Amino acid sequence: MKPIMELENISKTYGNIIALKQVNLQILEGEVFSLLGPNGSGKTTLLRIIAGIEKPTSGELRLNGIKVGENNINQVRLKTTMVFQKTALFSTSVYKNIAYGLKLRGCSKRETDEKIKEVLETVRLEGYEKRPAKKLSGGEQQRVALARALALDTDVLLLDEPTANIDPKNVSIIEDVLSWINKEKKTTMVIATHNMFQAETLAKRVALMLEGKIVKVGAPQEIFTLPSKLLASYARLENVFSGFSKVTCEGTSLVDIGDGLQIEAPFEKTGKITVFVRPEDIILSSNPIVSSARNSFEGRIVQISDIGPLVKLKVRAGKDFIVQITKRSFNEMRLNVDSKVFIAFKASSVNII
Amino acid sequence: MGNEIIDGFLKALQLIFSGDSTVAEISIRSILVSSSAVMLSALWGLPVATLLGLKRFPGKFLAKGFFNAMLGIPTVALGLILYLFFSNAGPVGFLRLLYSPTAMIIGQAILITPITVSFIISAIESVDPEIRDLAKTLGASETEASIAVLRESMSGVVLAITASFNRAIAELGVVLMVGGNIAGFTSVLTTTIALETSKGEIALAIALAIILLLIVSALTLTVNLIQRRKT
Repeated sequence: MKPIMELENISKTYGNIIALKQVNLQILEGEVFSLLGPNGSGKTTLLRIIAGIEKPTSGELRLNGIKVGENNINQVRLKTTMVFQKTALFSTSVYKNIAYGLKLRGCSKRETDEKIKEVLETVRLEGYEKRPAKKLSGGEQQRVALARALALDTDVLLLDEPTANIDPKNVSIIEDVLSWINKEKKTTMVIATHNMFQAETLAKRVALMLEGKIVKVGAPQEIFTLPSKLLASYARLENVFSGFSKVTCEGTSLVDIGDGLQIEAPFEKTGKITVFVRPEDIILSSNPIVSSARNSFEGRIVQISDIGPLVKLKVRAGKDFIVQITKRSFNEMRLNVDSKVFIAFKASSVNII
Repeated sequence: MGNEIIDGFLKALQLIFSGDSTVAEISIRSILVSSSAVMLSALWGLPVATLLGLKRFPGKFLAKGFFNAMLGIPTVALGLILYLFFSNAGPVGFLRLLYSPTAMIIGQAILITPITVSFIISAIESVDPEIRDLAKTLGASETEASIAVLRESMSGVVLAITASFNRAIAELGVVLMVGGNIAGFTSVLTTTIALETSKGEIALAIALAIILLLIVSALTLTVNLIQRRKT
């Protein structure tokens, strides 16, 4: 595969703040490339430079071997497009939102209509053309933004945390669409994320970013076998527990994570290990849970944070667990700080780092 | 006194509903003068506001401050300045514009320019800053991205134009001083209301005041309804 984008010694400063330091990177044609790093590591700035909406302070960016500069920036913008973390939509209909970029490319009315119908089907929003874009739910808005980007058939598709702050159903739709697009259309994609699983499932290559620098580039397998503590500092991992694991007679393991808690995990491992549980895999209930879930604890809510359609709760059950539930469930259960709750998760939801 | 007012009010209604030619003529002239003034102020105000709202340059703060300060300019003071300008001894006296509808249009346009400019600037500045980047990532050039931002701020622009018109049609000082309230030529709603009231012709004054209020509220209501349907 030949490189489509080449970044050479790209630096960016805003006054005294250094956002990017000497970034060297090659994005190959047709690959899905992921930028993994915590907030503020420079992922967004890097994407904005690749998209041609931000000028690097120094360094060179090449698209298909041609240096990007003042004279050809408009052509570059026609060949790349970006989906923002905070969904940006024009205050008009879904149709006009998607039509905007097509119009700039001189598409006829018929071509535009056909394309819009096609991309709305792709993101599973058939028949949404006339809806006012800003009246849709957060997840649907992000799908419109994705459809609008897909309609342009650009060489490069840039995605800045495309699934942050939206509910799991919409996340899985967007992830499905992205895998499909890469497979069917061979579009080159660069995804900035702090979600390791997303990077792992979608990307062929991952770059770890920290404090404006690229620390390591490699295949997901290579990256995710890095020492767990180092890795955990790049991704916003929650519910990470370390402890001594021993194998049970059922072929699972019991991990003693301290404070009297033991977590049952789906693998056979002995010795010191680190595991994590995704917040969305934990079930929350006001009453004791009788279920097939092998791990069940009682605790109290110590913190509540609102993230759009979802609510994140910190539950203290010996150790602190982050649990993610929908706002509707949250309201129906009438939860509050200090409410007594029960949490449960299956052994199969326990992942090893 | 009470009877006089009720009497005047009834006569006013009669004047309006009988389609009195003086009432109609004055109302139409008022609307024409003020709409022309709005168009003129939009003609120079829109580019200025777009520039001030979108671009960054040294002195921008001062320019914005100037228009904000001019929002409260006393109409009589502006009327006087323009009178001196247009009078025979003034710099543009040779144009013989004093006491003409043209002078009134220019006067009102200058008066409402700070409203047009300041309101449009805040409409543009209230647009999500990401809209500009969004337009660019979809392939827009700098100019096309600016147009996209302007289009996003359209409801604010419409509001600015409406407010400008309302201010223009309701002001008295400028039109009186540069128009002179010549019957059948430069008399408009506000100048006639003032003159007729001082003459004790309360019925015509009330009739014209009702029309003035109707124009202003009907316009505002219509704009509001259109905006609501759009969002």
